Amino acid sequence: MLDPQIILAGVLNGLLAGGIYVLVAVGLTLIYGVLHIINFAHGSLLMLAMYAVFFLWKLSGVDPYVALPIVTAGAFAIGFVLYRGVIGRWSHGKDENILLITLGVSIIADNGALLFFGGDTETIDVPYAGKIIELGAAFLPLPKVISCAAAIAICLGLGLFMARSDTGKAIRAVAKERQGARLVGIDVEHIFAVSYGIGIACLGAAACLLMPTFYVTPQSGYAFVLVAFTTVVLGGMGSFVGAAVGGFLIGITESIGGLLLGEQLGQIGISLIFILILLLRPTGLFGARA
Amino acid sequence: MRNAALAAALLAALVYPLLVPNYLITVGMLMFFTAFIGQSWNVSGGFAGQTSFGHAVFFGVGAYTSTILHVSYGWNPWLAWPVATAMGGLVGAGIAFLSFRAGLRGSYFALITLAFAEVFRIVANSAGFTRGGLGMLIKADSRFENFQFATPIAPYYLALALCLVSLAIAWWLTRSRFGARLVAIRENEDAARALGIDVFAEKVKVLTLSGAMCAAGGTFYAQKYLYIDPSIAFGIDKSVEMLLVTMVGGAGTIFGPLIGSIALTTINELTRNAASVFPALKNVQPLSLVVYGAMLILIVARLPDGFASLLKRRHA
Repeated sequence: MLDPQIILAGVLNGLLAGGIYVLVAVGLTLIYGVLHIINFAHGSLLMLAMYAVFFLWKLSGVDPYVALPIVTAGAFAIGFVLYRGVIGRWSHGKDENILLITLGVSIIADNGALLFFGGDTETIDVPYAGKIIELGAAFLPLPKVISCAAAIAICLGLGLFMARSDTGKAIRAVAKERQGARLVGIDVEHIFAVSYGIGIACLGAAACLLMPTFYVTPQSGYAFVLVAFTTVVLGGMGSFVGAAVGGFLIGITESIGGLLLGEQLGQIGISLIFILILLLRPTGLFGARA
Repeated sequence: MRNAALAAALLAALVYPLLVPNYLITVGMLMFFTAFIGQSWNVSGGFAGQTSFGHAVFFGVGAYTSTILHVSYGWNPWLAWPVATAMGGLVGAGIAFLSFRAGLRGSYFALITLAFAEVFRIVANSAGFTRGGLGMLIKADSRFENFQFATPIAPYYLALALCLVSLAIAWWLTRSRFGARLVAIRENEDAARALGIDVFAEKVKVLTLSGAMCAAGGTFYAQKYLYIDPSIAFGIDKSVEMLLVTMVGGAGTIFGPLIGSIALTTINELTRNAASVFPALKNVQPLSLVVYGAMLILIVARLPDGFASLLKRRHA
């Protein structure tokens, strides 16, 4: 059996990775909760945002953390336009159409990235990448600690925005009762596009937080999409608290799975959790009955 | 009129490899092969409306079953083929049993098939009996009794035969009570149940049939290329390919996957030519997939019954 110290280190590292999964999952669960659509393009759009961060750094030397407001705002704009121009307009409100259209978006994004950026693995060298914080037996890379803290702060900020602002209240109204919201004068289509934009903006922020310690390839989107869906399904589709708890659980699962089963077989944990949750408890840990 | 056109098309397909260079014979083989595995997707995804994102799981099971029996246990691949086909049916039945008993529908079913394919990919990538990520190599011995081919003509006719069998299955679905029950389930599951259709049993049956067909395609692929690895066998690319040709050609129609496969092959060849004109476009495969992704979106938006509906409209 492994040393408990190593397990503890694994759990801590998993929690740090989980913080960013929370941010990715919050975006996905917001889109599901408000629009009731499965955004299969979520992973691919995250991949594109990661390339944006990479090129900002490579071409003009912008630090990924400094790029955060720019990439987040850009991601919001792209999400808003994508919903207005493609997804909302062409899906005719049918569940499976949206799934297929977002699949089409992800095919275009993945292969477009391969076409223009090539298949190489790209990374960013930041001067603080090697800095380590020691916590008992655990060596925690400084950028991961910063990223996790920033991800949590952004999620809390988003929660505050949803609770207090007029737009946030309108979004929650549309999520609860779309007809009623329309009757009291809320522009539902606009709120849909704003919600989709915010969901994608979360990806923009997540990309900036990921890049100092992670890499990007055109396949990154596919790698993340199952993680994101597993997180959301585990927590319960549409639930914010669920996405938060799910993100940390998935981070730990991945880290401990890697320790116990090795790098290759360790990835199986996420897919198995996804299958088991859907088969045994499709509402997840915090979801309401559908 | 319609029968005459079909007979002429069949005749053209039969004499085609006698008239064109080897390279074009292989293009034709790929076209019919893709139409065949596309039809396997169409049986469950088109006729029965159970959209799957992970059909590669059946393809991979077929490819690995026959290859393991052949390479590790010395079976003749022709004998291993029916076993691999049955194995695909079994996995189809298993996945359907678990998913449909849990009441998964629509997008959730699509996502869980993707997760199943991913589980199989990771297992194949780490297990000993599949040789892990190295993949499995089939020893070249190009004799027909060995299910290997010295010329491109033999696999062409075999792929054509597979395609014809799959068209016959699709035709049978449009004529049989089983097919009618599947369409009823696709259009309105609750209404189908109210009519006395055992929805669960029919859905398990159709995924068994679809899985078996797809696995048969997997064996053919492995014997044609003499190599498989976990990403080829279980990766999302194959799943997406089957879905795309069917959606673009026309889901739930007899000729949809074939029409979609002809379109995909044509786009592939056109982009290949474009790549020779613009040397900046080194990577041909992604460019054709970008075009195909755009076509998928446009088809869902503007032509939900695919290209096949254009032909039908002209006939009416």
